Amino acid sequence: MSIQPVKTGGKHTLSVLVENKPGVLARVAALFSRRGFNIESLAVGPTEHDELSRMTVVVNLENTPLEQVTKQLNKLVEVIKIVELEPETRVQRALMLVKITATTETRSQVLDTIQLFRAKVVDVSTDTVVVQLAGNTGKLNDFLRVIEPFGIRELSQSGMVGMGRGSRSISERSLRSVAVPAPPSAV
Amino acid sequence: MSEQMTGAQSLIKSLEAAGAENIFGIPGGAILPAYDPLMDSKIRHILVRHEQGAGHAAQGYAAATGKVGVCMATSGPGATNLVTPLADANMDSVPMVAITGQVGAAMIGTDAFQEADIRGITMPVTKHSFLITDPAEIPLRVAEAFHLASSGRPGPVLVDVTKSALQATTTYRWPTELHLPGYRPVTRPHAKQIREAARLMLEAKKPVLYVGGGTIRSGAHRELLQLATLTGIPVVTTLMARGAFPDSHPQHLGMPGMHGTVPAVAGLQKSDLIISLGARFDDRVTGNLDSFAPNAKVIHADIDPAEIGKNRYADVPIVGDVREVLTDLIAVLTAEKEAGKEGDYEGWVAFMAGIKTAYPLGYDLPADGLSPQYVIERLGKISGEETIFTAGVGQHQMWAAQFIGYEHPNTWINSGGLGTMGYSVPAAMGAKVGCPDSTVWSIDGDGCFQMTNQELATCAIEGIPIKVAIINNDNLGMVRQWQTLFYGERYSNTNLQSHGQPKRIPDFPKLAESMGCVGLACDSADDVDATIEKAMEINDMPVVVDFRVNKDAMVWPMVAAGSSNDEIQYARDLAPEFDEDDL
Repeated sequence: MSIQPVKTGGKHTLSVLVENKPGVLARVAALFSRRGFNIESLAVGPTEHDELSRMTVVVNLENTPLEQVTKQLNKLVEVIKIVELEPETRVQRALMLVKITATTETRSQVLDTIQLFRAKVVDVSTDTVVVQLAGNTGKLNDFLRVIEPFGIRELSQSGMVGMGRGSRSISERSLRSVAVPAPPSAV
Repeated sequence: MSEQMTGAQSLIKSLEAAGAENIFGIPGGAILPAYDPLMDSKIRHILVRHEQGAGHAAQGYAAATGKVGVCMATSGPGATNLVTPLADANMDSVPMVAITGQVGAAMIGTDAFQEADIRGITMPVTKHSFLITDPAEIPLRVAEAFHLASSGRPGPVLVDVTKSALQATTTYRWPTELHLPGYRPVTRPHAKQIREAARLMLEAKKPVLYVGGGTIRSGAHRELLQLATLTGIPVVTTLMARGAFPDSHPQHLGMPGMHGTVPAVAGLQKSDLIISLGARFDDRVTGNLDSFAPNAKVIHADIDPAEIGKNRYADVPIVGDVREVLTDLIAVLTAEKEAGKEGDYEGWVAFMAGIKTAYPLGYDLPADGLSPQYVIERLGKISGEETIFTAGVGQHQMWAAQFIGYEHPNTWINSGGLGTMGYSVPAAMGAKVGCPDSTVWSIDGDGCFQMTNQELATCAIEGIPIKVAIINNDNLGMVRQWQTLFYGERYSNTNLQSHGQPKRIPDFPKLAESMGCVGLACDSADDVDATIEKAMEINDMPVVVDFRVNKDAMVWPMVAAGSSNDEIQYARDLAPEFDEDDL
């Protein structure tokens, strides 16, 4: 039998341009669930066009070819365009808020660490600080590893968002109308 | 053109504008406003007895005519009863639009009476679905629904309309263009892929045309015949494609798959090139995928790109409508032929002809009782090749696919992908509405028949004279066959009769008569022809024939689930032998 030259395994980041309509997120999420594709991260937000939303989906594939995921997504009527963001040519960030224990004894050490990661303190109380940090998965995980001994009280993280590097835009030439067809005739 | 009217009037006017001629449905609270203008519409509404019947009838109508089938139901249970037909239509790519009422927009999310999130429920089993709360959207959404259902890979589209939208005053304006930026089905195949396909076809020594339901949906049967005649390549037609290629044609090897013919299964298995036309390498066709057609290259033509490479790697993927693919292939291969280049399949064709002669479809007559295969074979012979047959799911379905010769597309209508028991009677009703001049036979099992026979009342009252042949073996026959073969003859819950009592419950002829149909019964081979002929003579009311058949008959050939197609059994414990030296 022929060898399948397909991409499987590991994580892939897809940027998915969808119509900004109710139910689209449910449709995409349901598709992943029904076809047995694992979503590692999903983020949705508005775009530069009012009628479009953009999803960034990180999928973790074991046996499914990536092509099957994109083809099935493309079948959704409200999905307009899908682009895989390759590691070399993308910018990708998630936002994290961490509430860290910072007592009088540890506060200065905590603040030093925060400084090292160029994170930002956005709230302070007598024994905690809330820190905001944006970055790729590696940076966020590194920060958590280093800060963990001080005590993490609470953690909240956004989905990953991403886009391609360079001057091109994903939404170019993506909107077009079709003429109303005549009722189909019998075969 | 814009006019002031209610949302309900706008809905009916939109359905008329979209070309709907018949609607199968049942009214209820939320959809009630739409039923008022429907009374004055030129659209014929057929009042069914159960929403599942409405859905399957719309499917049968669509499958027989190629037009979009329409069904209508109210919110909540009315809508959830449509889920099975929607899922069925989704699997078998049937163009269908389902209109459902929804509770008023202000009530959504409050767990109101008869509220169900039908759009959410049906998301995984429809091609697309809409919820309309703004009455101004009605014409546009109906136009989009019909376009989506009938174009590209056809499928079911659900349009859920709130009662508040139906009751509000609105402006009717039929759209001049649709705004579906994410929906652009590719129908024209790529010329380079066509040339590559033609090249493989000319090089191959053992090619097979693997014809699927997409060939019927795209209306490509003429082009298929032309390509087959031009090339001489043997043809197999899947369960969904029976009738796409004449069974009487010498190049036809029959149906492939779990209960396919030996030549069709062996043809695919031993081929060096599979030309797949609107088929999807379903597990019931391929058996164990890893050992399916191990030496074959694959040309896979389908309008749905997601089918290509889903189960089997495609050496030449072709995205396009089967009809256009065939037209382009014929053009290229005709030019090659005129230039003196033709495929050489002589040895292969002779080899397959040998297998076809050695392993024809057949069955053993039981020592006592009536043979179900014989009944079905006679039905096909007596009613003729223009007859439309519908089937439920199980043994009777397989025998109807095997022992009736199909010569024309859209004359074989069944539930293939989802395997919905109870499909046959309502689908026959829909087919008869779509093709009133054709004889429509519903071939059904006694198990299937008891799931949806209430639609016989609809048929009798609405003047839809279908004919039903119940292949009654008192058992869930296909399940029983598996129990015989794989569960040591332990017949757990497959006997539909009260054990040890001679009385049959229900009495099908009486049941039929109680619903305004003619009820006939037959339990001997000698009476089969006369009974069928009698049924054929009754054309002003539905007829039900209870054929009481032997319960031990089994469907052969068979490839056990999950086994390799190499392990096909011609009959129980009888594997075919191929002399491959002939190749």
